[in-house]
Amino acid sequence: MSAQPPPPTLELHGVSKSFGAVQALNEVDLEVRDGEVMALVGDNGAGKSTLIKCVAGIYSTDSGEILFEGERVTIHGPKDAAKLGIEVVYQDLALADNLDVVQNMYLGREEHDLLFRLKEAPMEQRTAETLSSLAVTTIGSVRQPVATLSGGQRQSVAVARAVLWNNRVVFLDEPTAALGVAQTRQVLALVRRLAEQGLAVVLVSHNLVDVFEVADRITVLRLGRNVGVYERAQTNEQEIVQAITAGKAALEEEEEEQEEEVVS
Amino acid sequence: MSTAAPAEVQAAATGDSLGAVLRARWDALKGGDVGSLPVILGLIGITLYFTSKSDVFFSAVNFTNLIGQMAGVTVIAIGVVFVLLIGEIDLSIGYVSGLAGVVVAELQVPDSGHQYPGLVAIAAAIAVGAAIGALQGSFVAFIGVPSFVVTLAGLLIWQGVILRQLGTEGVIGIQDAYINNVANYVLSENQGWAIAIVFTVGYAAATFGMYLSRRRAGLSTGNVILSAVRVLFYGALVFVAVAVCNHSRGVPLVGLIMLGLVVAAAYVAGRTTYGRHVYAVGGSAEAARRAGINVKFIRVTVFMISGAMAAMGGVIFASRLNSVDLTAGSGTILLDAISAAVIGGVSLFGGRGRVSGALFGGLIIAIVANGIDLVGYPDSVKLITTGVILLSAVTLDTVLRRRQAAAGR
Repeated sequence: MSAQPPPPTLELHGVSKSFGAVQALNEVDLEVRDGEVMALVGDNGAGKSTLIKCVAGIYSTDSGEILFEGERVTIHGPKDAAKLGIEVVYQDLALADNLDVVQNMYLGREEHDLLFRLKEAPMEQRTAETLSSLAVTTIGSVRQPVATLSGGQRQSVAVARAVLWNNRVVFLDEPTAALGVAQTRQVLALVRRLAEQGLAVVLVSHNLVDVFEVADRITVLRLGRNVGVYERAQTNEQEIVQAITAGKAALEEEEEEQEEEVVS
Repeated sequence: MSTAAPAEVQAAATGDSLGAVLRARWDALKGGDVGSLPVILGLIGITLYFTSKSDVFFSAVNFTNLIGQMAGVTVIAIGVVFVLLIGEIDLSIGYVSGLAGVVVAELQVPDSGHQYPGLVAIAAAIAVGAAIGALQGSFVAFIGVPSFVVTLAGLLIWQGVILRQLGTEGVIGIQDAYINNVANYVLSENQGWAIAIVFTVGYAAATFGMYLSRRRAGLSTGNVILSAVRVLFYGALVFVAVAVCNHSRGVPLVGLIMLGLVVAAAYVAGRTTYGRHVYAVGGSAEAARRAGINVKFIRVTVFMISGAMAAMGGVIFASRLNSVDLTAGSGTILLDAISAAVIGGVSLFGGRGRVSGALFGGLIIAIVANGIDLVGYPDSVKLITTGVILLSAVTLDTVLRRRQAAAGR
């Protein structure tokens, strides 16, 4: 092990974004490392979605910098984000109901030969392999339309798609929002396995129970500003709730110190 | 980023034995996934009815005629399938087909100063259809005008253009042999057999190729016997059709054109990346956009396919009549073509259906019209019957879809 730890896989530094008079993001920092699940929490309007869209290339940032493995990068569109290996799994899933699991996994990136003929067999094979490597075993056939899948299975397919493409950083936007208890467990286990496979995972969630179950660290946003970054092992739900609702003002100085440690 | 997990492939959960495949099919049937069963049963029922009513209906001559009668609408319906697959509609196809007829007729008028060889005139007509599709599709894709309105405007505009172009004389005769051959040329007996052989061998090769590539990848291959039976069945069907035609005048060239276009379009829709993207746009345009698919490109090109197919249908109509007149593209062409696609199982809401549906739907509509003419019922009966069949087809589809949803399919 070298003395200096490697730079975070993805690091946002002082990112600001405003829509007219509304300052959606104000000097926000965020970092995530390989093999880590970083939770991003905050109340409605805290700027979580805006932050995701900035990283995904849907919005451009007003100021601040984005570092990928320590190097400064610019993300001007979804293609730039994809090129870096940043995948966003959106809340509303972005799956085509009429297509089957294989077709959705490869949507927009189908394998084909020179005549644009689809190579169905290798695509089906890799889909099955990817799903089993993530221990997604509840899906009966990879050739059934995703319309027939349960919410948890659909979410699993959307997440597995991120793995299939060898992405480095995966943003999950409220992956458990619409799921039942058992399905939530399934998806959270899947999130954990993503990190175990070496990906940097950012989990955006309202649900602190979920967050405390899988996250290694927690970044709290409030009204477009950082409140702080917390190690899961050294914090509790009450502290996070306080940070989300009341922000820094209500917290003691120790949190400030903690935040400085992480940023440096 | 390799994973430690063993590459244990969990492909299709169902087994490949004949019993398992049939049982799965039966379960699907009970769940409301009836495939093309209603269409086939409908075809058999209609055929039996007209056979009992008319002596001529079930004859080799009439079968050959039927191919000529269904070709135009079926070819237009291929384009309709694509438009419906992306969840849009094209109401201009009737008059686009009429306009293509005018173009092809105009470009072969001798001593007009713009007389071109027949094949060039046909190509020009199809290009005009594709260009109209590109124009209309652009309004839909780039500006976001609903396709219903854009193509309704097109319906009026292209009708106006036809009237204006034919205004003084009202009719253009077609003398060019190539153009007239499109709908009227009949292949020799041996050419007919050759087609049947090429089709069967090609189909068998494609099926076997797919089997091999799936087996090589260690995937479920389906039941081999069932695949073989399917190849034999469709092969036999084509051979019987050729034999019947040969018993009469021979296989009409237009039948070959129609079948060729259906196979080509089915290939594009089912086996290429482009076709996959068409289905994706119809299923969820937002998902397609986020997956990096150029949704605007798909929309514009699909309307181009629709325009080009409508134009090809128009060429067939013009060729059949050896002329175009002021009624070109009018009448029931538009509604017949859309009905054919819908009866063939293509959903109006996008993303569901197959190109072969155009063939089955076109066949049903042509058989009804043909049978009613032979029996001697008036046109009113034809319209009412077609309407009832259309309504039944869509109702059945809606009911079955609800049942499928309930069965979790």
